[in-house]
Order: sequence, then structure tokens, then C-alpha cells
Amino acid sequence: MATQTTDEDSKEEYMFINMGPSHPAMHGTIRIKLHLDGETVVSSDVEVGYLHRGFEKMCETHTWNACLLYTDRLNYVSPLINNVGFVLAVEKLYGLKVPERCQYIRVVASEISRLADHLTCIAASVMELGALTAFLYLMKAREYLYDLIEDACGARVTTTYMRVGGIAADLPPGFAEKTLEALPKVEECIKDVDGLMTRNRIFMDRVVKTGVISKEDAVSHGFTGPCLRSTGVPYDVRKAQPYLVYDRMDFDVPVGTTGDNYDRYLVRLEEMNQSMKIIRRALKDMPDGPVNVDDRSVVLPPKEEVYTNIEALMNHFKLVMTGHGLKPPVGEVYFPVEGGNGELGFYIVSDGADKPYRVRARSPSFCLMSGLSKMIDGGMVADIVPSFGSINMIGGECDR
Amino acid sequence: MADGKSTLDVLKERFAEHIEDSHSFRGDDTVVLKREGLKDVCKFLKDDPAQKYDLLMDLTCVDFPEREKRLEVVYHLYSIPHKKRIRLKVLVSEGSPTVETVSDLWMVADWLEREAWDMFGVEFKGHPDLRRILLYEEFEGHPLRKDYHPLKEQPRVKMREVTEARFTRRKEIRPMDGSPEDAGFLERSHEEAGPPRGKR
Repeated sequence: MATQTTDEDSKEEYMFINMGPSHPAMHGTIRIKLHLDGETVVSSDVEVGYLHRGFEKMCETHTWNACLLYTDRLNYVSPLINNVGFVLAVEKLYGLKVPERCQYIRVVASEISRLADHLTCIAASVMELGALTAFLYLMKAREYLYDLIEDACGARVTTTYMRVGGIAADLPPGFAEKTLEALPKVEECIKDVDGLMTRNRIFMDRVVKTGVISKEDAVSHGFTGPCLRSTGVPYDVRKAQPYLVYDRMDFDVPVGTTGDNYDRYLVRLEEMNQSMKIIRRALKDMPDGPVNVDDRSVVLPPKEEVYTNIEALMNHFKLVMTGHGLKPPVGEVYFPVEGGNGELGFYIVSDGADKPYRVRARSPSFCLMSGLSKMIDGGMVADIVPSFGSINMIGGECDR
Repeated sequence: MADGKSTLDVLKERFAEHIEDSHSFRGDDTVVLKREGLKDVCKFLKDDPAQKYDLLMDLTCVDFPEREKRLEVVYHLYSIPHKKRIRLKVLVSEGSPTVETVSDLWMVADWLEREAWDMFGVEFKGHPDLRRILLYEEFEGHPLRKDYHPLKEQPRVKMREVTEARFTRRKEIRPMDGSPEDAGFLERSHEEAGPPRGKR
């Protein structure tokens, strides 16, 4: 089979190479099948699904509050946001509104989680470009946040802090002071990394004008979150359709211009500053009061009463035993929250039973990955690394 | 909604022949469409300046096995300029689980429809490359259907031949039945391909 020099047949000369799923730069198990012409990517096929664990199927066989355990493991770097999203969707089904204190706590928890998510994303993506120092500085910053989360709910990553109708337990005493102490330390780490990376020649050479996606393509590919905002579309669920107490928070939404990797980095960097602003404001404004809604068919009674009082014991029984439990009204709702990567939406169908009929997690990373091919085609192999890193694909969220 | 009319009302006026049902629950508007009307309604919702639903937020299915039309394909649309949402539904039966693709309107539908095929077995007519996305090719069945038991075991799969593959994405599509030869790219065996050729 002699090779001819026509365009059609020169395809025979392209090299087919497989990147991932076990690859040091493919954090989160993604396989990219590449067609290479030397160093240039001619076409690519992205294969996801290596972390598919059947979240949606499992939710159909577990009670409403038990599904929360699975939501932790969706976007496992910002688990509190997943918890909040699911719980808000179920509460929308009920038509419940949680008390003010609970809403403020949920906002603080979401923003701390968003900080952790952006820290991890920037840390991992710059590490893959060689900036190991920046990675460790941001990991140090993230540890301060994990200490706070551990204080609040006992776990660093698999938090399951929210419950339908409220929160598992109120914040521990001194939480606000500890947070206000930790935030300046986090800010310092971020400022250090900003100084190291943002005007760094090597970094800029690798991320400016690589992984570019246009506004129209981004919207058509269902992009949301920092990746969409980096192309210039100022869509943020917290501003467009505010939930909890975000309408009282005074924060900006950073928007990029070119849609390249540098813009995504800058958008995330600035969003972290805005998150800290929100946390400070929410802690200042947080009222005292109950944290759970006052509905006995949804929220467990306090333990002191369960042990002393027969009505409370029966209430507890009715919420916990198999076959009983939360029974939301029949119907379907969709509730979007702003996750670390974009709009995380939960579409829940209920048939009145104690288990959901169908839970669908609209995963922002899945849609971002659908656009990855567009970002890397035509670029170099080496540009795949910052492009993929800047998307912040979280395997648990993408594949569920 | 600039002119005060909700999308639901606009659709009821313009596409009354395509609408089977509509309701509003907890602030979410839902429209159940007939299969034939889906494409026209979607094109209208995407292009009309008063609607401008430019983001296909989600495309998924729900399985109601006791109904005659058991699979319900659900589309969530969002309009960035007008900040509004709507949910479209199309009901299909198991005997003809085919819906027209919307991947020419919103590119994300490419992957979302592949997932709907993978999990539910809904076929999308006109989809450029309908193959499994979250599960492996040799998987049998459509797991999110209600008759798929959560603890069902899959048969063992023979190890695949590693071949020098050449893939094309936009080829004529026929629905997948999961067998390896129907994979979305052409695979040639070692004998056919000859010795590996790189750029000289």
C-alpha cells in the first residue's frame, strides 16, 4: 500500500495516540483518543465514564436523606455545594423555606466549598505546568478551609452536612471567629501564588491563547460557571436566579474576554476573592435562631425529647424506620445552584414515596467535557494539559 | 418576560397542535409535546428573540414502566438574556423509542443524547454518532430503566484486540445494540493495516 500525497490519503500518516485514563495529567480518569500530525492535534475523541458509579440508580433505592451521602461524592472537592443543591431541590418539592440562620449557614458552607474547589483546580493545573511551589501553597490554604469544615460537620470531604429542612447540627461555638482568622491566611497564600504565576512568563506562554473557545460555542456546548464566564458571558446562577440569601450579598462576578486558559485562571482567582467577601458578610449578618424548619414530618425532633417524651419518640420512629420517612408530594422540580464548575442542577421526580422516583444531577463538568474537543483540536499536544486542567473536570461529577 | 407573556402561553398560542399537556408546579413550567412537534418548538424557542433559549441545560429521561408510553424524554432549557427556564417533555413508547435529535441546535445535545441512549435506550434520529458514553460498549441493557435491577450482574467481556484505529465521527448512524463491531469508529485489524506508519 503505497502512500500517495493527496490530502485524503495523508490521513494515513497521522498518528493515533491514546491519552489516559491513567495519566499523570488526566486527573479524574479521562481518556482522550488523539489523532496527531506531529505535535498538532488534528482531531480528538474524549471518552468519559471511567468513574460512573450509578449515582442516579442508587438514589432510586435510598431514602431522601440517604441520597445526600451520594451527593457528597459527586463533586468531591466541593461537597457542601452538592449537599445544598440536593436539599434545596427537595425543599422546593415540599414548598418549604428554611429559617434565616440556616440559609446563612448554607451560604457560608457553599462559599467555603467553592473556595476549596477553585484552590484545588488552580493548584492542580499549575502543578501540571511545573509550578510545584504554587501547588503546595494552595494546598496549605485549602487545609485551613478543611479545618473549618471539619469543625462544622466532622468530615473534610464527605461532609453530608445538610438535611432536608435544615442542617445536621448548628455551627460549633467560635466558628465565626475561627473563619475570620483563617480567611486572611488563605488570602495570603492566594496572593503569593498570584505573584508567582499571574505575570510569570513561562506560565503565560503556556496558557495565553491556548484552549480558546468562542462565546457561541461555549453556550452551545452547555458551558456554565467559570468556563462560560471566561468567554465573556456573565451568567451566574447566584445572580440570575438567586437562592438562599445570595440576593442580599454584595459581590461581583468576574468575566473574562477571550475564553482561553489564562482567562479561566484569572476568573477563578478573582472568584475566590469574591467568595471570601461573601463569607465575611454572611458571618456578620448571620442571625441567631433555629436551624431546622419547624415541620415535624421532615425534621427529626431533638434528641433530649426523643429520650424523654413518647410523642417525640414516635415522631423519630416515623422518620427513620423503613417504609416511613420523608414523603414529599408527588411532582417534579428542577433546582439549579452555582457549583464550582457551573450550574449544578437537580431534577427530582417524586411519586410520594419515601424514596425518590428519579434523581437527575445535571452535571456541569459533563457539558464542559463535551466542549473539550473543540478546545484542543488544532492545538499542540502540550496545550491539552493546561486546557484540561483549567476546565476542572471532576470525575465524580462528570460521570456520576 | 419582556412582554408579560410566559413561554407557556406563547407556546400554547403558536404550537397548540403539538402540545399534549402543560402544567406549572412550584414555579417550573412544563410542556408535554408530541414527538413530531419537538424540532419545530425547539427551533422556535432557540431562535425567537423574545424567547432566546440558548442553553440546553439538560436532556434526560424518566421511565414509567406501567404507562404505555413509558419513556419520557425531558429537556430543560434556559435563556441567558431573559433569565427564564422551561421544561419540555416528549413521551415515547418502548416499541418505537425514537426522537429527533437536537444536536444541530445545541451542540451539547450530542453528548446528552448519547447518555440518554446509554442509560435508557432512547434513539435519536439524525444523531451523528450514537454510541454509549458512560458505560463500556459491551454492556448489555439500559441500566436506568426500572426493569434493570440495581444489583444485576453483567457477563464477562472478552479482552479487546488492540488495533490501530482510525475513527470518523460523522458517519451514517444506526442505533447501537452494544456489539463491539458497531463501535463509533472503524477498526482495522493488524493484518489489514500493515506495519505502523508514522509521518516520514
